[in-house]
Amino acid sequence: MLSAFLASAVEMVEALTIVLAMGVTRGWRAALAGAGAATLALAAIVAVLGPALTVIPIEALRLVVGALLLVFGLQWLRKAILRASGWRALRDEDAVYARRAAEARGAQHELRAGLDWYGFTISFKGVLLEGLEVAFIVLTFGSTQGSIPLAAAGAAAAVVLVVVAGIVVHGPLSRVPENALAFAVGVMLTTFGTFWGAEGAGVDWPGDDASLPGVLGFVLLVSLTFVTALRRRRRLAPA
Amino acid sequence: MKRFATFWWEFVVGDDWRVAAGIVVAIGLTALLATTSIPAWWLLPLAVAAVLWTSLKRAAG
Repeated sequence: MLSAFLASAVEMVEALTIVLAMGVTRGWRAALAGAGAATLALAAIVAVLGPALTVIPIEALRLVVGALLLVFGLQWLRKAILRASGWRALRDEDAVYARRAAEARGAQHELRAGLDWYGFTISFKGVLLEGLEVAFIVLTFGSTQGSIPLAAAGAAAAVVLVVVAGIVVHGPLSRVPENALAFAVGVMLTTFGTFWGAEGAGVDWPGDDASLPGVLGFVLLVSLTFVTALRRRRRLAPA
Repeated sequence: MKRFATFWWEFVVGDDWRVAAGIVVAIGLTALLATTSIPAWWLLPLAVAAVLWTSLKRAAG
């Protein structure tokens, strides 16, 4: 549930920036309709695929889910480590907002179904694409731990929190420590991916589930070591 | 169709396809080792660390 909550928080901060830019520049009706339609589409994906995953044998499910979580987790972790060590720029929500708003102001007005089509489609795509990864995390964690509704509740709680924060702040959430959250998500996905992937491949972990904190500690230690090593490399790199 | 395939490739595989390939190989080797009498639990965590470091080093020039 924590993994789904954190991943959802990171992705929804990014989606909020897009929806805000569309709402302010193109009108709130189209922006909110796009965001609402994408949320419904994501809920439908989870509702359709969730029950389908529960019929797959648990060993096969753990192997596939573990491999996918590892690939996803390492994508998150790789990006977060590169950002934390200075090899990649931190994501700046204010800059993204300004760029999106400028693009939206220059786009043509076209009405479809009574909505500004540009505002609707950009909001829809933004929420759908950012949310797809969250839907995947909800499905994988939920199916292997036997509770998709609990994982979905974690993700939904983050959506509510980010939307409320957006209303309170009245702008992009540029002060959210996005990279720290992404780092935490990467560590968790990689940990569970390693654990389930190995179990699915036929491994018996020493102490069974009790070894999970050990895997978590190992992934965290390795990741922090890589951040330190890459920071040193960055300092020594020619300007 | 091409854009659809590109989207899913980028969604699943991401910036570095070698990471995904490395994970598939590592899980395969773990499965092979698990069929022997040698404990196999240590292999995947070490492989994950090696795959991540190799990818990071490549990205950091």
